[in-house]
Amino acid sequence: MKPSALLLSTALTALSLGTATTALADKASDTLNLAFSKELETVDVYFNTAREGLLMDHAVWDGLLYRNPETGEYEGNLATEWTWIDDVTMEFKLRQGVKFHNGEPFTADDVVYTVGFVTNPENGVKNTATVGWMDHAEKIDDYTVRIILKAPFPAAEEYLAGPLAMYPDEYYAEVGPTGMGMKPVGTGPMKITELEPGKHYTLERNDDYFDGPKGHSAIAKVDIRTIPDVNTQIAEFFNGTLDFLWNVPADQAEKLGQMDAYTVVNAPAMRIGYLTMDAAGRADPEGPMTKEKVRQAIYHAIDRQTILDALVKGSSKVIDSACAPVQFACAQDLPTYDYDPEKAKALLAEAGYPDGFTIDFYAYRDRPYAEAMMGYLEAVGIKTNLVYMQYSALREKRMKGEVPLSFLTWGSNSVADASASTGEFFTGSDRDDAQDPEIIKWIGEADSTTDREKRKALYKQVLTKIVDEAYWVPLFTYNVNYVLGPDVAYTPTDDEIVRFYAFDWK
Amino acid sequence: MFLFILKRLVLAICVALTVSAISFGLLYMAGDPAVAIAGENASQQDVDAITARYGFDRPLLVQYGAWLGGALSGDLGRSWYFDLPVADLVSDRLGVTMLLGVLAISFALLLAIPMGVAAAMRPNSLIDRAALFISVVGQAIPSFWFGLILIVVFSINLGLVPASGSTTWKHFILPTVVLGYYATPAIMRLTRAGMLEVLSADYIRTARAKGLSGRKVLFKHALRNAIIPVISLAAVQMGFMLGGSIVVESIFALHGAGFLAWESIGRNDLPVMQALILIFSLFYILFTFFADVLNAWMDPRLRVG
Repeated sequence: MKPSALLLSTALTALSLGTATTALADKASDTLNLAFSKELETVDVYFNTAREGLLMDHAVWDGLLYRNPETGEYEGNLATEWTWIDDVTMEFKLRQGVKFHNGEPFTADDVVYTVGFVTNPENGVKNTATVGWMDHAEKIDDYTVRIILKAPFPAAEEYLAGPLAMYPDEYYAEVGPTGMGMKPVGTGPMKITELEPGKHYTLERNDDYFDGPKGHSAIAKVDIRTIPDVNTQIAEFFNGTLDFLWNVPADQAEKLGQMDAYTVVNAPAMRIGYLTMDAAGRADPEGPMTKEKVRQAIYHAIDRQTILDALVKGSSKVIDSACAPVQFACAQDLPTYDYDPEKAKALLAEAGYPDGFTIDFYAYRDRPYAEAMMGYLEAVGIKTNLVYMQYSALREKRMKGEVPLSFLTWGSNSVADASASTGEFFTGSDRDDAQDPEIIKWIGEADSTTDREKRKALYKQVLTKIVDEAYWVPLFTYNVNYVLGPDVAYTPTDDEIVRFYAFDWK
Repeated sequence: MFLFILKRLVLAICVALTVSAISFGLLYMAGDPAVAIAGENASQQDVDAITARYGFDRPLLVQYGAWLGGALSGDLGRSWYFDLPVADLVSDRLGVTMLLGVLAISFALLLAIPMGVAAAMRPNSLIDRAALFISVVGQAIPSFWFGLILIVVFSINLGLVPASGSTTWKHFILPTVVLGYYATPAIMRLTRAGMLEVLSADYIRTARAKGLSGRKVLFKHALRNAIIPVISLAAVQMGFMLGGSIVVESIFALHGAGFLAWESIGRNDLPVMQALILIFSLFYILFTFFADVLNAWMDPRLRVG
């Protein structure tokens, strides 16, 4: 950077202070003000991995399908009809008369281009799991298109209804990801009219939006600023310069809920918490975690309900399945392990550890939860050394097989299918602490058939065996606190997606 | 003199590069950057793709060499996180931090020097104790807490200033006070100590004996000498301000370079970190250099040698 650029930057910052104005809130100006906690890297859906990016995706772009958050059923969105020609071919009839925000008409060419772009590894799309199951798309006519899969993929509809946004072929070919990140163009119910990367976004209602399942936005404008500190967000909320908060910590949400002017809504999230144990002996072939009775003892030792009541709170639930209850094929009628410290001690003695043992316990977030679990483990004789580190460092250690016991969480990318969770951690990869050949085989079978009942049965077998062998201690689902200002009406959904177009004024 | 400045400049660049090389290695110890970029929900497939795309599988020295080569030719690379040119990103954010730094150090000097002088003129008086109190409180209060208290009082309760953002001059009032207050105690105490020492010096007695007015003695003779170490300290504090603004920028949602640096560490956005460490180091060295020159100008004795 040249010194002159710096001088200019400082001078412009100083000069702009006299003229700029703050975005003012509210019902009167039909502007909903809210804040992101993190700086979003780009609004180009395929090049960001943040939840905030997913929210932008739903507001600004459309997928071919739409999952109704109330019923969980798939509905047509940019496609009006879809059929499975065979296990690897889906045919879509596209909605006619849809236009992108720049006026470009939406046709089969856009679908073929989008699928072609995102599946080409040279383009470096970040969420490869989102797109990697597609091989290519073929145009049948202007409003009929086929997507050809690499192999049978039962979660296809879920992805087509979720993060797979359709892009305008001509515009994207011209501007690429950088251009799309600066001047986004979609078909969605809202369009981005102002954008400062990472800092500020203004969305306005798309008056030409089609009559799709998302509906038209009731609010004319959404102003989003990035405010990292949750206390500052709350201060802005009190000042009336923010109308809506989410991801508010439980204790602060409780206090806000006691104030008459505000409405606090707690909704379940797709994120789950779990302990994973080195059953395959990658960290220590002779270690205590390789013994089933020790793992079962850990399951019995932790009072998950008390941790949930005291710390996690909200609509969270204790789980025994290694997936989120809202996900398809995530069976809930599984065996469970009650909180029973005496039984835990007995199991430890049977496993050859009457006096317990000492072990490293890794975690990367929610330290109070981890510390509560350490207390429970110590009560049955398992002394833990907490190793608290950044997620990227912990993941690297896990992949190298150096972690005997860890407390982790998983959000499944908001994909409501058990394959997005169990399929991620029990398929023999370097994140699989169980390396159970039977489970690997069952998941393989479940993920190569579109027979929903067969998938449910196979996943139930998988989940039951994970509990029986105590490969994981599934802990609880997470939850999200949404706080609405006095004038705001919104019903949060259980997939953690804040739908800006679904807000209204009271 | 020219040779002296040139030598200092070369040394400064060497220091900056050394700092950046060490930080490059240290930052890598925070874990796999591909995982950090891919995010918590990313699959292994995603992480592999990012590793290949960014060349994280190359030896560390090769990666550092590639960055250094680019930096020397004026190319600071692209942010791994934002996928924007680092130079654009940094220049966009540095203005806010520089402005905040200048405002904060000005606030600190305007508060600390008069109080330090007043305290030195009447040791153990009420004003001296008040200065000591302000100094102790300033050092004891964490800036994130002080910032929130100011927001609660002046933004929420009194509604005088906005709580966060950077679009008007009013947005800078609270951050300036918080950051400036952080630098106040050291400057005030150094001013007081310097003044106490100088006021008891022989030449001050002589000046008074010559019949010079108290104000002239104080400002022309005493303060001019007592202020010399304060200038050096203020230069160092200004360097701290750039780095120390991280917390303040985060509380008040000022999207400056300090906050960018903090966030970039968490995101393992190495090209941005590299650029910021280099720029901050250069600024730090530059401020110290200017302080030396200013000191030499104010005190001719320092020009010798």
